[in-house]
Amino acid sequence: MSLILEVQNLVKKFGDITAVDGVSFNIQEGEVFSLLGPNGAGKTTTISMLSCLLEPTSGDAIIDGHSVTRDALQVKGVIGVVPQEIALYEELSARENLTFWGQMYGLGGSALKTRVNEVLEQIGLADRAKDKIKTYSGGMKRRVNIGVGLLHKPRLLFMDEPTVGIDPQSRRSILDSVKDLNKAGMTVLYTTHYMEEAEELSHRVGIVDQGKMIAIGTQKELTQLVGENETLRLHIGENVDVQPLMDALKELPYVIHVSASDNMVVLIVPEADDALPPVLGMADRLGYKIRSVDIQEPNLEAVFLKLTGKALRD
Amino acid sequence: MKKILQIGWKDLRVIFRDRAALILMLLAPFAMTVGMGLVTGTLSSSGGGLSQVPVVVVNLDQSTLGVALTEVLMSPELSQLLAVEENNDVAAARAMVDADKTAAVVIIPTGFTASVIPQAGQSSSADAQIELYKNPSWPISSDIVQSIVESFLNEVETGRIGGQVAVAQLIASGLVSQQQAAEVGMQIGTRLANEQSNMQTLTLNTRQTSVSEEPNFLMYIAPGFALLFLMYTVSLGGKTLLTERQEGTLTRLMTTPTGPSQVLVGKMAGTYMIGLAQMTILIVASALLLGLRWGDPLAVAILLLTTVAAATGWGMLLAALSRTPGQVSSIGMAMTLLFGLVGGSFFGGTLPGVVGYIGMLTPNYWGQTGFNTLARGGDLQDLLPVYAVLLAMAAILLVISVFIFRRKGLLQR
Repeated sequence: MSLILEVQNLVKKFGDITAVDGVSFNIQEGEVFSLLGPNGAGKTTTISMLSCLLEPTSGDAIIDGHSVTRDALQVKGVIGVVPQEIALYEELSARENLTFWGQMYGLGGSALKTRVNEVLEQIGLADRAKDKIKTYSGGMKRRVNIGVGLLHKPRLLFMDEPTVGIDPQSRRSILDSVKDLNKAGMTVLYTTHYMEEAEELSHRVGIVDQGKMIAIGTQKELTQLVGENETLRLHIGENVDVQPLMDALKELPYVIHVSASDNMVVLIVPEADDALPPVLGMADRLGYKIRSVDIQEPNLEAVFLKLTGKALRD
Repeated sequence: MKKILQIGWKDLRVIFRDRAALILMLLAPFAMTVGMGLVTGTLSSSGGGLSQVPVVVVNLDQSTLGVALTEVLMSPELSQLLAVEENNDVAAARAMVDADKTAAVVIIPTGFTASVIPQAGQSSSADAQIELYKNPSWPISSDIVQSIVESFLNEVETGRIGGQVAVAQLIASGLVSQQQAAEVGMQIGTRLANEQSNMQTLTLNTRQTSVSEEPNFLMYIAPGFALLFLMYTVSLGGKTLLTERQEGTLTRLMTTPTGPSQVLVGKMAGTYMIGLAQMTILIVASALLLGLRWGDPLAVAILLLTTVAAATGWGMLLAALSRTPGQVSSIGMAMTLLFGLVGGSFFGGTLPGVVGYIGMLTPNYWGQTGFNTLARGGDLQDLLPVYAVLLAMAAILLVISVFIFRRKGLLQR
């Protein structure tokens, strides 16, 4: 496989704020590569620079042999972009939207018509093609939003958090679409703050936080960073001060790391079976009511926790 | 170029699916024109110009010239323009004007012919003048009648002077004696007054007072309202630029192989096409439904192209100076009303004084000037200065807008 994207020490500053701080990574053709990180990590800014929407403060990226800083027009012909927000014309139908965007990608005539029909079939909206976008559900709009990015059969597709704010069924549909596209040979750069999506879709994952790339690799390579450790999640009621519990748990011999997130206390432990009795005993002694407990084998969440000291959704 | 037109065409389709926008762009100006036509009564005269102007003739003279003038007014050549009614009662005829039932009364006094052509053996009678009793609420119609009567009197006066000169020359050359002069003069005068050739000249003059030169009120007010709402339309076009930025489609456009200048010019083209479509629809609809005659089609077409270009310049400047679509809407509405006021769109004409000078900064003023010139029978040649001003206005405003857009980084990569 050949390299289709090579990001070289990309930096973007907005005044005193450094949104992207020396990010470098490569994507092989045919790969699904996910940028995983919390909100504000710099994922969208990175995608914007790669889409030639923002000029990097320094660094460069080469897409299919073209520089994003020097050959914007050529780069735009290679990439497809699915933005985080739905960017469609509500007064136009799905077919009219796809036709217009196809024209903007340089398609025309019968080739455009054929391609629009193919994409409508692909996103499962052929029977609603004549309806105005404003009559669509959120999930359907998301599908058209993706369809626009596929019109010109891009060699590299950027998908910026395409599942934000949609129902589980539409989310499932979008994830399946990404897998289908990849099976058909499309290279995808996918950004998300959902660990599960990155795990399900990606050949490789880049973990970003505060504008920096803190780890890159396959899921197996990344989870090896936390060894064989397991993650314990203790679900506690709302509005409970968990700091005393966290302080106490840190002192236990089986506990490697403790953090809090979404009414949960998250622990990294070598062996969940060994750690669970003393952990629950401590919570009971301090008067905490544990509603449920999750045990997870090594995953990207644990990696992020280990590398940053905080949970992905903090 | 192709992408520019595609962006423009897309904007046109989006706007023309917005019912609220359509009401303001098309229905409102048309309804206001029709409303004004009904209020002023000008809509009742079909054909877009004046026809069948009611006139009453009171011929108390009943002699050569009185009969001749009555025949001219009732001639087949003027039958479409004038609806002449004879009446022998002066008071009753005046009452018809007072009751707003007729545009004017032509009163030919007793002895009018004798006052112009002295009869043989009689000295010239006292000066008897034709009286035109005009209806002030029918200014254009009564002016037409006045024009016809004046033409007739000019012809008669020409004949009388010609006769006097001829008789004087005959006496001087000794061909006639002083005693024969009165009889010869009367014969010349009578012949001149009765000669068909003179009547033809008169008919020709009345034809010049034709429908196309005397447009009715709607011919002024219809373009006024169209121009008024054109300014609303171009502000709407400018608004779409900021709406696209807000909704992310502008950013998405920038991710396609479409240059920033193509996007910006495409948006301008969209606004231009929307304005052009609006004006064209209004003009065609008023011509077909109200019978308005807008003048030389080529001159009208160029006037449309240049007026909408200047208006688009203002729309783009508004978008460049605004931060949000809401701001464009509110300032755009204010601009529409202000430009309509100082540019004369509410009155179908241009305003005098300082306000008139301020109005010259608006497309409304120049557009109105152009349409009024065409309505009065002007042609493409007469409109060249108007075209030049509108084009210059468009160029200056668009250049300033692009400068501001770039400075604000609206289309920055």
